[in-house]
Amino acid sequence: MLEFAEVSFAYPTATAPALDGVSFSLEPGQLLVVVGANGSGKSTLARLCDGLLTPGGGRVLVDGLDTADVSLVWDIRVKVGMVFQDPDDQIVGTTVDDDCAFGPENLGLPPEEIVARVAEALTSVGMDGLERREPHLLSEGQKQRLAIAGALAMGPRYLVFDEPSAMLDPAGRRSAIAIIERLAHEQGHGVLLVSHDAADVARADRALALSGGCVVFEGAPEDLLADAALLRACGLATGSMGVLGERLRALGLAVPVGALEAESVVDALWP
Amino acid sequence: MALTLADITCEYAEGSPLSYRALESVSLSIEPGELVLLLGPTGSGKTTLLRAAAGLLPSSAGTVEVDGVRIGVRGAQRAAVGMLFQRPESQFFALSVEEDCAFGPRNLGRSDKDARADGRAALAQVGLDPSTFGPREPWTLSGGEARRAALAGVLAMRPRYLLLDEPTAGLDAVGRDSVAAVIERTRHTAGVLVVTHDPDLLIRRADRVLVMSEGRTAFSGDVPAFLAALPALTATGAAEAPEVLRTLMLAERRLGRAGATPTLDVDEAASSLARMCAEGGVPR
Repeated sequence: MLEFAEVSFAYPTATAPALDGVSFSLEPGQLLVVVGANGSGKSTLARLCDGLLTPGGGRVLVDGLDTADVSLVWDIRVKVGMVFQDPDDQIVGTTVDDDCAFGPENLGLPPEEIVARVAEALTSVGMDGLERREPHLLSEGQKQRLAIAGALAMGPRYLVFDEPSAMLDPAGRRSAIAIIERLAHEQGHGVLLVSHDAADVARADRALALSGGCVVFEGAPEDLLADAALLRACGLATGSMGVLGERLRALGLAVPVGALEAESVVDALWP
Repeated sequence: MALTLADITCEYAEGSPLSYRALESVSLSIEPGELVLLLGPTGSGKTTLLRAAAGLLPSSAGTVEVDGVRIGVRGAQRAAVGMLFQRPESQFFALSVEEDCAFGPRNLGRSDKDARADGRAALAQVGLDPSTFGPREPWTLSGGEARRAALAGVLAMRPRYLLLDEPTAGLDAVGRDSVAAVIERTRHTAGVLVVTHDPDLLIRRADRVLVMSEGRTAFSGDVPAFLAALPALTATGAAEAPEVLRTLMLAERRLGRAGATPTLDVDEAASSLARMCAEGGVPR
């Protein structure tokens, strides 16, 4: 389990804490979405998960390992994979497979194990056949998938995604979120997804909302999506698809509040 | 008056084994007061086209003209075209927001006093009170505020044409709406060309839409024509329909029907979907 217990954090020059008394837990196999307006503390929370930042107060435990204990940092980083907003920030290899092998090579694994892990990671993000491609020739969506594969090749139990689809086009966004969902629900990773997209909330098992560094909601995604005022306070909008759902419900059609994408609306109307 | 790109071809690393043709004979014209959306998948050449329009890239062929005068690497024509890059808040460097906004106009040769006045006026234009936000350090702003402050830095130069590269990417809903509102207001003083992956954002207010695909123009026309062309454009992956329209198109495809009138109107879309349900459509 990845666990935050009363975690607080303040940046050195800031007047207010970025996070204040945040508690939650994430189990393997679970998709937890973290939402909140710009500046609410989401990225700080993500960086605390693997000890990139350590709490000023409270504790972050990864399968019982305390991130504040410097001697445990490598064990923790093997367990928690991070994928950032801009894949260019974390791609280092000259080819796709080289890049994906960077993490496991640093773990000192035997070459045959590295080759197997790279192949498996690239397959699970749908990058078969692109192994020898130079990363700068990939599309943004492919780069983001490579960044995910690089994290996967480390064999983590938990994966933390900090707005992985912010720079993608709509098709790339849908493909990235489908992969993220599969990693949690089919491959059993505990996934923490930071997002500004109400449609991502609908796909999660649980939602956590931050405002001003504090948890203002933790619970079922549909309860968050049904609370328009809270959504707005968290910088989320269901947009014209939210309105379409309302109109369809008013016409007596059974469309759930979480149906915010074309596919989920059509599936609800014609099950 | 217009910003005109005629038959622009751009090739990166021209003449080397790594050469890559990012644009192939693309033409575009935008007049002051017009709002034009530039859509297309990642890697289709949108950013390259914007850079060419701003005179930042030497094109391999074709011309860029500002109000009839060819744009050069330096010169007055460059000042007429303002460009907001992706994630522009990473370019803040001054110690205060006001100072950052005055940098552009000062570089255009305006006096320090005028440059500051231009910066403050631009901050007001993007909805950031100059006396509150002017003295702030840029990196203490929230995401939406920072994006608008960066936009103010470009507007302070009073460009006649404004080029915006994914101005709402990574912003929350409040930030997105505030930037959209600024774009809406700015079109009264400038021609605005917006690259976006969010077709819902400005489509109802746009005059025209240009869709790029693999460095070429896949579509150019007004919004009704764009909506009518969407089934063909989505089939090739060149464009995405706004989500409400995509829902209608998906329902029609599931039921094996011919396309209904393309609409952006939510009520109309809801009625169409309800009608399809009532008529007992069975998915194929």
